[in-house]
Amino acid sequence: MSETLTPLDVLPAKPRIGLFVTCLVDLMRPSVGFAALRLLERAGAEVVVPEKQTCCGQPAYNSGDMADARSIAQNVIEAFADFDHVVAPSGSCTGMIVEHYAKLFADDGPWRARAEDLAARTYELTTYLVDHLDLNNTGAAFDGSATYHDSCAGLRELGVKKQPRTLLATVDGLTLNEMDEAETCCGFGGLFSIKYPDISGAIVDKKAACAEQAESDLLLGGDLGCLMNMAGKLARRGSKVRVFHVAEVLANMTDVPAIGEAPSESPNEGEPT
Amino acid sequence: MSHVPHCHDFQAGAKKALDDEHLQALLERTLKDGFQKKRVQGMSRLPEYDQLRDAARDLKDHVLEHLDVYLERFEAEVIKAGGHVHWARDAQDAREIILNICRSVDAKTVSKGKSMIAEEIALNDHLEANAIVPIETDLGEYIVQLRHELPSHIIAPAFHISKEQVADTFRENHTHLDPERDLSEPTTLLTEARGELRDKFLQADVGITGANILVAETGTAMIVTNEGNGDLTQNLPPVHIAITSIEKVVPTLDDATLILRLLARTATGQEQSVYNTFFTGPKRPGDLDGPEQFHVVLLDNGRSELLGSEFRDILRCIRCGACINHCPVYGVTSGHAYGWVYPGPMGSVLTPHFVGIEEAHLLPSASTFCGRCEEVCPVRIPLPDLLRKWRVRAFNVGKPGGLAGLALRVWAVLARRPRLYQRVMNLAVGALKMLAGDKGALTSLPGAGGWTKTRDLPAPQGGTFQARYKRGER
Repeated sequence: MSETLTPLDVLPAKPRIGLFVTCLVDLMRPSVGFAALRLLERAGAEVVVPEKQTCCGQPAYNSGDMADARSIAQNVIEAFADFDHVVAPSGSCTGMIVEHYAKLFADDGPWRARAEDLAARTYELTTYLVDHLDLNNTGAAFDGSATYHDSCAGLRELGVKKQPRTLLATVDGLTLNEMDEAETCCGFGGLFSIKYPDISGAIVDKKAACAEQAESDLLLGGDLGCLMNMAGKLARRGSKVRVFHVAEVLANMTDVPAIGEAPSESPNEGEPT
Repeated sequence: MSHVPHCHDFQAGAKKALDDEHLQALLERTLKDGFQKKRVQGMSRLPEYDQLRDAARDLKDHVLEHLDVYLERFEAEVIKAGGHVHWARDAQDAREIILNICRSVDAKTVSKGKSMIAEEIALNDHLEANAIVPIETDLGEYIVQLRHELPSHIIAPAFHISKEQVADTFRENHTHLDPERDLSEPTTLLTEARGELRDKFLQADVGITGANILVAETGTAMIVTNEGNGDLTQNLPPVHIAITSIEKVVPTLDDATLILRLLARTATGQEQSVYNTFFTGPKRPGDLDGPEQFHVVLLDNGRSELLGSEFRDILRCIRCGACINHCPVYGVTSGHAYGWVYPGPMGSVLTPHFVGIEEAHLLPSASTFCGRCEEVCPVRIPLPDLLRKWRVRAFNVGKPGGLAGLALRVWAVLARRPRLYQRVMNLAVGALKMLAGDKGALTSLPGAGGWTKTRDLPAPQGGTFQARYKRGER
């Protein structure tokens, strides 16, 4: 999808963007949603958060429950019918819309057309910022180092790889250390992590070890599910690596406690925000 | 009946592997530093690798579209070369055909090259039950056979066994040798196995191998090996049987070379396997060696059904093992947990077809859908999509049931009712936040499906995004 850029001259002066917050961000870490909002507005977009949005339907889809996946997808398609573009701070949920929605409606022409239409204007956050809004200066600062985990769906379904790194390179004071096995699955896999906790736990243990070996202050990524999985394992290992969504760093919002970190453990505790 | 599942509970099988520290170290070393690195190196020496993958996918699709034509041509050419072709509808058919051939020459021992089809039809058990001794000649299969185990990987059957364990097994079995001998080096183990097997090759009445590729235009059964045991199995005994499955056929020798350019590179990173043997017909007048009889057993065992199903793409599989080598789940569970002949992603697509989705329903869901399997597949099989199709079938027979199924239902009902969803989620988030107290993560949360057994659960920040946004927060 990212190869077919819409020519700038047919874009409205200020694209109207629907922000798909995603259910995990909505429930677990609203700061990622606010970070996405800030970044998009900084890059000159008009952003709306449709109230009707809930979940992309991936849990149902990947559990083989096609009827529920379809009806949840219909809710998303309707919620985002009126936007030039739809942006989500998640490769996984974006991949669901871009790569899988049309498959859900293989036997339903009108809905398939709507699904394809939504897929063609939906983007993962960092991809949209770099490839479409040409954001080349985030104005953010972080005094320290970070390593980056390439979440599977973003990487393999959408080709998200350079975009977050391009943006992180503009963060003043931040050094990026690539970790070993950056493209290897963290073992989250949505409901997989709940259904197969032992296997998921063993996979994320290896991932956490790689993150620690990168000797960085922060572990970043673009999908909250993976980040919660890795943060949970790092915490259990007693690791010092702090975990943030990449949008939070880019939006200069690292003053909030990291994922899984108590306010009292946060180094910024007591500092003005 | 095929080989019956030996493990009925993937979770329990996986737990056993996870608790085995030696196995975990072995998996890490052999997969990450072995297979995965070597594949990257192999690919880097072949700039046209991706074009070859497209060509191989198209070739296999073409063959599957015209499978009857190519199989009949193959049969005709085998007969022309003086061989015999036997069509086996299922595993029992195949076993009977092979047993009858063995009995016709009054066979006492059979030497065997590595064959997953032989595993699929549980051939060794059947031969033993009929007083014929099968002797595995591939080193890995030989080790597995001595230990009365099953292969844990389709190209590296003894993958799960360390060299120290092999040394112990050899000491226990090769009792005529000096018990104090040094068996610390892999090369010593190889030499010892070679010495043990040499006589057995010569004594065998029948040699049974698999076939990696069948060439329709010449009636050739082609195998790749790294040990040369396949050649000895084919050439030394008076009778050679190639046991193989119907989807292995390709039209021409040129097509076979296309598969070969991908197979070893993807499997082990080698440009070619050490031995690439094209075997056509029995010994001809004037040949110095070769068997008097040459038989090909073509196994269907449900493949015709797959051909007409939504799982057809799996029949492109050339058994390189790359999806297995790159699967994060296989990387910690090893092969035996999968319970049947084929492990990893390709196995989780095949097994439900062979043993039924009710028996194998845990396999398609034992994937994070990370997509690495599809990324490395040399014939571009959309493995996650095929696994998801099995999940749909599992769902349709009531799996997952119980609490997990109910929770999913509730979530789906809520997700379609945004107002109710937001109210309920606000309460849920509030409750979770309260449970966490002033901690950033929950170290224990009963009902979270075991998540907190192996890791903490980061606590919510407090308040949903939607509620905070509505209150004007930015």
